[in-house]
Amino acid sequence: MTRKAELTKKAELTKPIQAAGTTTAAPALRAHSPEVSAARARRWGAFFYAEQVLRVMKGYGWTIVMYGVGQPVAYLFAMGVGLATLVEANGAGEFGGVSYLTFIAPALLISSAVMTAANEFTFPVMDGFKWRRVYYGPHASPLTPEQIAGGQIIAVTVRFLLQSAIYFAVVALFGASPGAWGWVSILIATLAGLSFGLPLMAYAATIKEDRGQFAMVMRFIVMPLFLFSGTFFPLDTLPLSVRWIGWISPIWHGTELGRVVAYGYEEEPWLTIVHVFFLLGLAAAGWVLTKRQFAKRMAS
Amino acid sequence: MRVSELASKESRVTNHSDATPQYVITAENLTKRYGDVTAVDSISFRVPAGEAFGLLGPNGAGKSTTMKMIGGVSQRTSGSLHIMGLDPEQHGPEVRAHLGVVPQQDNLDEELKVRDNLLVYGRYFGLPMSYLKPKADELLEFAQLTDKAKSKVDALSGGMKRRLTIARSLINEPRILLLDEPTTGLDPQARHILWDRLFRLKEQGVTLILTTHYMDEAEQLCDRLIVVDKGKIMAEGSPASLIREYSTREVLELRFGSERNASIGAELEGIGERLETLPDRVLIYAHDGEAALEQVTARGLRPVTSLVRRSSLEDVFLRLTGRSLVD
Amino acid sequence: MSVLTGSFNAGDHSVTDAARRRRFGPIYSRNVRAVVARGLMATKSSNWMVMVSGFFEPVLYLISMGVGLGAIVGSVQGPGGQEISYAAYIAPALLAVSAMNGAVYDSTWNVFFKMNFAKLYQGMLYTSLGPLDVAMGEIFLALLRGAMYATGFTAVMGVMGLITTPWAILMIPASVLIAFGFASFGMGITSFMKTFQQMDWINFVMLPMFLFSATFYPLSVYPQSIQWFIQAMPLWHGVELLRQISVGVFTPATAVHVGYYLIMIALGVLLTTSRLRKLFLK
Repeated sequence: MTRKAELTKKAELTKPIQAAGTTTAAPALRAHSPEVSAARARRWGAFFYAEQVLRVMKGYGWTIVMYGVGQPVAYLFAMGVGLATLVEANGAGEFGGVSYLTFIAPALLISSAVMTAANEFTFPVMDGFKWRRVYYGPHASPLTPEQIAGGQIIAVTVRFLLQSAIYFAVVALFGASPGAWGWVSILIATLAGLSFGLPLMAYAATIKEDRGQFAMVMRFIVMPLFLFSGTFFPLDTLPLSVRWIGWISPIWHGTELGRVVAYGYEEEPWLTIVHVFFLLGLAAAGWVLTKRQFAKRMAS
Repeated sequence: MRVSELASKESRVTNHSDATPQYVITAENLTKRYGDVTAVDSISFRVPAGEAFGLLGPNGAGKSTTMKMIGGVSQRTSGSLHIMGLDPEQHGPEVRAHLGVVPQQDNLDEELKVRDNLLVYGRYFGLPMSYLKPKADELLEFAQLTDKAKSKVDALSGGMKRRLTIARSLINEPRILLLDEPTTGLDPQARHILWDRLFRLKEQGVTLILTTHYMDEAEQLCDRLIVVDKGKIMAEGSPASLIREYSTREVLELRFGSERNASIGAELEGIGERLETLPDRVLIYAHDGEAALEQVTARGLRPVTSLVRRSSLEDVFLRLTGRSLVD
Repeated sequence: MSVLTGSFNAGDHSVTDAARRRRFGPIYSRNVRAVVARGLMATKSSNWMVMVSGFFEPVLYLISMGVGLGAIVGSVQGPGGQEISYAAYIAPALLAVSAMNGAVYDSTWNVFFKMNFAKLYQGMLYTSLGPLDVAMGEIFLALLRGAMYATGFTAVMGVMGLITTPWAILMIPASVLIAFGFASFGMGITSFMKTFQQMDWINFVMLPMFLFSATFYPLSVYPQSIQWFIQAMPLWHGVELLRQISVGVFTPATAVHVGYYLIMIALGVLLTTSRLRKLFLK
């Protein structure tokens, strides 16, 4: 080997690896050092992953918006206008002095967020761990399992806020939110979505084999909660044998809160506090369980 | 078609003693376009009964599309195609009754258990359970999946799924077996077992139509093959004749280090029959590789490494279809 | 190796040769049975719980709306002008909705998924099955399921005391008729779909149909022009047909409702068969 070749060889060994054949002197594109990456991931990791999930959602963003607008319009017309004629003809006094439309609007808003939660915290989680294993890509980066779970939750929370805002705008256009604090129901819907969705996410993360569990969740949990949470009629109308479903339902707690802010629905102040704590407590418990389950599942 | 007509067609096809070869597949100017993309561009070939016929080509060359047209599950744009004398578009069910198919991607029935996959698939051919039950057990044995008979497909490893797909393709004792990259994803042991089984099928007169990326597989199994690229046939012949025609007997591989390979070409001019410079090495195609290496050293050139090897189908393939990625 | 011995060498009398000699059509192999058998086996071995659970959805609606809202609404006017309970009023409508939902789901999402993701039909169509066998088998399975749900729901109505006439038993075949109408059309429509986003359009059509087709309140609440529009929709005819049957009151309109579905089935089958190659063979 010539002297020159030897030198080149040595230089090659000490040089960082370069793509073969790049000899131009353009400034090299360099990633920041591993230490910097790790520090940033520790701090912002959940948001990095949230960005990815939001980008994926953008793929069906149009559908989200169409549903976001179409669903409230259809439900408010059918139930709040159509069904209202039947209901108000016979039982106008049942709804605390407000129109049937005003009565169901907060319930529909909350239910819509919970239904979205039932979708966003089930199939995507299964997709992450099993079908397309999308969680395992970021898992090989400095992100932790907790951050991946957190990122997904942040992204879905963004969706809740957007969707609930659209819903509320439609409700307001229908004139179904007379109070000045009605807009708070956007936040209540988001909280209700999380308080139902996070425990569900923890459960979804435990599923190893798809045997149609999510269809069962939809049919035996989401549907009954939607139908027996004082959505279309006051919960007291139901016999005690099914009324308890409402008491443990984030939809009922959210709906009652929503009614308080939307039209000053009168209830005991302690009950209002119970609603808030119930929703917060369920969401917090769900978050703790989800974090634990994500860490466990990804380590196995 | 009448039963008697079909029967007479079959007896003609299986009559191996006939002096003129009976073609089980005849394709003339077969063309398939998807919108603006021409996947298969006017190819013609004929496959006699009992032959192992290979389709070689890079990704996107049109191999799988050709297989689909043979099975009558993809409609051709133009040209003619006959399987056992029948047009698969007009007689899809009839043609497929003779076929066994191993698609490129396993499409097992994930909702069914392993053995049930075989039974149900056999039912699609209208076969009775009295035949299918013992047959399924034999095929599970063949695929070494007997102890997985009651498992869910989901629980099988990639290699096991592949073996089950291959076993499934044999449930109707097909006369023509279409294998689209059959051994991709199999470990070397499983590959060699499969080659052995395919060889036996061939000995029994089953026609094999095979696509593969593995050149050793093509050399092992195929009597004759076509190399396709961008939907066109680039070459046709037996593996040995293709090597003779498109390559030399031996190849000398030299490495001078990635900085020098490109520049050294001129200094190697005249050695061997053909010279090819790659980023990582220089290839000299020659009848006698050792002799070529002596010539190289005689010119005062000192490669970092040198290797003399027999020319293979891979050399033919790369020469005909180029080295750049196609995807 | 008997496994590999193609017995055609031994003569032309083997079982496999006999199977090859059956009469075939260009897209039909007279073997719908095999597709149905596969569906039943798959249900048995993997998702029978999900299947059974589908029965509960209309029942939950009936309990919630019929009992809860019924307590407020009281009684409403039935098809013959007589007063009936609100639960008795919405029960047939919920059955019609359930027939529609089940049939549409089975013929659209289910077919789309099996075609594009599970790749189930690719496997089937490399056998001697033709696309017509597959389509007929899937529709048959959808109707079988619809018939089971309808039977269960009618029984629940009986238990809740909502059935007052023996005619009500005819709700079961009528539900199958409704399901057939939607399933035959749904499969044809699926042949035009290429992505999941396009599949979402189906829900955009179904949701308003569910809410507005006189399901929960009479059509008379709408202005005349909207009434006409809804009366052109298939679900309204299904709701009205079942509502009439449930109380045993028949009018010339009954024949119109049945006729609507017969025409819908004929057109749907025509559309689906003409699109079979597009649906299954690409």
